[in-house]
Parts: sequence; C-alpha cells; structure tokens
Amino acid sequence: MKTNYYITKDGVLRRKENTVYFIDKTEQRALPIQKIYAIYAYGNLSFTSGVVSYLAKNGVPIHFFNSYGFYEGSLYPRETLVSGDATIKQAEHYLDGERRSILAKLFVEGAAKNILRNLNYYSKDTNSLTSYIEKIEHELGQLPGYTTIPQIMSVEGHIRDFYYSALDCIFPAEFQIGERVKRPPNNKTNTLLSFGNSLMYATVLSEIYNTQLNPTISFLHEPFERRFSLSLDVAEIFKPIIVDRVIFKLINKNMLDETDFSGDIGNMLLSESGRKKFLQEYHERLSRTIEHKGLGREVSYQRLIRLELYKLVKHVLGTQKYKPLVMWW
Amino acid sequence: MISHTDVKVTGTQINYYFICTTKLWLFSHHIQMEKESDEVSMGKHIHETSYERTKKNIIIDDVIAVDFIKKHDGIEIHDVKKSRKMEVAHRWQLLYYLYYLKQRGVSAIGVLDYPLLKKKEILHLGDSEERELEKLIQEILALVSSQMPSPMKRPLCKKCSYYEFCFGGE
Ligand code: SF4
Repeated sequence: MKTNYYITKDGVLRRKENTVYFIDKTEQRALPIQKIYAIYAYGNLSFTSGVVSYLAKNGVPIHFFNSYGFYEGSLYPRETLVSGDATIKQAEHYLDGERRSILAKLFVEGAAKNILRNLNYYSKDTNSLTSYIEKIEHELGQLPGYTTIPQIMSVEGHIRDFYYSALDCIFPAEFQIGERVKRPPNNKTNTLLSFGNSLMYATVLSEIYNTQLNPTISFLHEPFERRFSLSLDVAEIFKPIIVDRVIFKLINKNMLDETDFSGDIGNMLLSESGRKKFLQEYHERLSRTIEHKGLGREVSYQRLIRLELYKLVKHVLGTQKYKPLVMWW
Repeated sequence: MISHTDVKVTGTQINYYFICTTKLWLFSHHIQMEKESDEVSMGKHIHETSYERTKKNIIIDDVIAVDFIKKHDGIEIHDVKKSRKMEVAHRWQLLYYLYYLKQRGVSAIGVLDYPLLKKKEILHLGDSEERELEKLIQEILALVSSQMPSPMKRPLCKKCSYYEFCFGGE
C-alpha cells in the first residue's frame, strides 16, 4: 500500500537506487519508491540531482507549503491518464454556462450538506445551533433559483459565515473564529483552517492526477483563481468531512497548547509541534475506512476523493449525473 | 466486405466486447485506470515463466498483440491464457487476428495455450467466422461512437479495474 509522506523539517531528498532518502542533521529516513503516494513538504526541501525526475517518473507529486502552511506549488508529474474525449467534455461543461452552473451548485450543495452534518452532530448537545442550521438550510433552499457563478458563490460565502458563527457557540473562547481571516490568519482556529484547507487542496490534486480530469478546468471557482482550480471545487466537499473534523478533535480533546502556535495574534502560525499534531490527525483521518454500499467493501476517506472524481468523469461523459458525496455515516 | 484500411478495431476491443460493453467503451475512449491489478501482474508472471525461450509480445500494426508466433508448415499465432473463464472472448480475439492477417495476404492458424491447464485449442478461420467478425466490427464501431453503456453489476465486475469507476458512485 502506498502512503503519503509529510516532511515537516528542512532537509535534502536524495535518490539511491530504488529508494528516496530524506536526510537532515539528525536523521536519514528511507522512503521506498513503491511506497510513496505523495510527498507534502513543509520545510525547506532541497534535492540532489536525479531525485526529482525519478519521483516524477514514478508518478509521485510533491506539494510545497510555506511556513504558514499555505500551499505554494507542486511538482506535478506529467499526466499519464489522458483522454482527449474526457478533456473536451470537461471543457464543454465549463464553457456552457448552464452546464457549468449545474456543477457549481452541486459543489456548494455537497459542501453545505456536509457542513450541516457536522452541525447536527453537535446540536445533539446544544440547542444554540438550531437557528444557524435553519439559516444554512434557508440559504441552501435559495440555490436552485440562482444561475450565475457570483450568486452561487455568495450562497457559499453566507453558508460559511453562518457555519463559523455556529462553531463559535461551541468552541472555547480561546478558539473562537470571529471573522474568517486568511492571509495571514489572525487567531488559532483561522490558522488551523488555513493550514487544513491548503492540505486538502493538495490531497485532492494528488487524486486528480490519477484520473482523466484536467485539474485546470473548474466550475465553481474560476480557472484563473489557482493553477489547479478543479482542486478547489472538489475540496469544498471534503473540507467539512476531513479538515473540520480534524480541527474539532484537536480542539475538543484539548490536544493543542501554546507551544503548538507561534507568532502573534494577527499573524499566527503553527509551530513544528502543531504542524505535526495536525498532520498526524489528518493522515489518520484520510486512512480511516468506512463501508461503501455500492462497492460492498471498505474504502478509505482518501479513496472517497477518488470515487468523487470518477463520478465527475461520468458526469462530463454524460453517463451518470453527479451527486456530491454527503456523509452517510 | 470491409476494406482493411478502415478497420481500426484492436484485438483488445474484440475481447472486451464479449466481456463487457462498458469496459469496451471506456477503454476505447482512453479512460484507463491507474493501477495494474493483481490479475494483470499474475498474467505477466505466467508469460514470463512458461515460455521463457520463445519470442513474446509481438505487436503488429498496433492492432495485434500476441505472445509468440511459430513457423512450421504454416504460421501459428499463439496466445497464452491462464484460464478458460473468458474463453469466448479469447477465441474471437484470436480469430480476429487471423482475419486481420488474412486481409493482408497472410494465412495462419491460431493456438490458444493454457499452460496452467496443460491444454491447447487450435483455431481456423472459416467463412462463417469471417462473416461473424465483420458484423462484430460494425457493432463495435457503433457502440464506441454512441453514449457509454451503463454499467451492470455482475460477478466479474469485482475483479475489473473499472469496478470503482462503475460502482463507486452509489
Ligand atoms: S466493472 Fe463491470 S460494468 Fe464496469 S467495466 Fe468492469 S465489467 Fe463492465
């Protein structure tokens, strides 16, 4: 089984025969090539010659993040699963306003329904969430009437605002979000959200690489927003399922302390220990499995991302309408 | 009679036609899955161990891919298979190779080898097979140029590389 490698320290990647080594002052860690699914680099990573092309040849993407945990870029191997038909159909769905908005709405709908699943989970303990849940449901009800991307995006924005306000009702004071501030994040939870959302983006991108989808053609987000904007679209569905739940766990189980953050209010980042804790929980969650009814077998959360992309391929090919994943468990 | 210049069908397509039309369609539209399944590597293993000294993987015009060719009195096209589960598909695939070669003035016979079962099956291309193949080619071309056939779950799906693609959305 291949796995993701997360490198949080500065160091060098070197290739020796069929093994890639991560080397720094204190250790030398072997990453056998058949085992690497993707590499997430959070430190300053340098390479000795040969390792980059070797990783690319083996279809391993490397995702780079800066000290805030913001996504910086990827070494994205040359696509091998290319289908002219699929690309043309995907582009068609972008160019045709009606078809584009159908998909854009489905991404917002899927994200919102997963957000509601999260809030309903908490509302068992507290009634204060009910009014936010109603507001989100109301927003969701407006969606079918909208057709333009800015309208659809504004629904998405409102839903997120209500969601974060709802979370503030249950989070301890130290972790209140207040307003969502991204660059730079101004408080602890904003820091966690930025870190997790960047990670999610890269994870989805790794999955897109293994399909016929073109990562630069997106529907909800504008293709010029980010180089691989389709990742942004699909990440919307998975942020509540994966990132938010990691954050809930870290906060609710009191797993974070002052040493896990550095910087000041207004310019806060995760320290190395904070990053490690986050990545560990994130990885644990991606690897967690659930029973999939259609397949009659267990699949990991990470695999669910791939299945979501397959659904999109089928949608653009015109065989089966896309229905976003809503947590059924 | 189809002129041989417009036949763009490959042996794999003939084979898939008998296994699953969804698979045929996906393959023909270059929707391929990333992983080599264990089935595939098992197949490779058999090739490598059973027929080490013969020339293998002969590819002609990107249409034919067979394991080896023998020449005695005539030409024998050999294809190595591990089980007879997909026998019909194997047989038509090999008959199609014979047909394809015949169009180019080469007459040959086909041999399906099942080393694990220690069995062989010899195939000759007759008139009725030729007519059947011509119909088949037309059907495949029509199928590939229309909408993707909806997947239908059968026992063989669980081992198919498209399994998650076909049924992961339910
Ligand atoms: S999974 Fe089943 S329906 Fe889908 S392509 Fe394979 S055999 Fe055909």
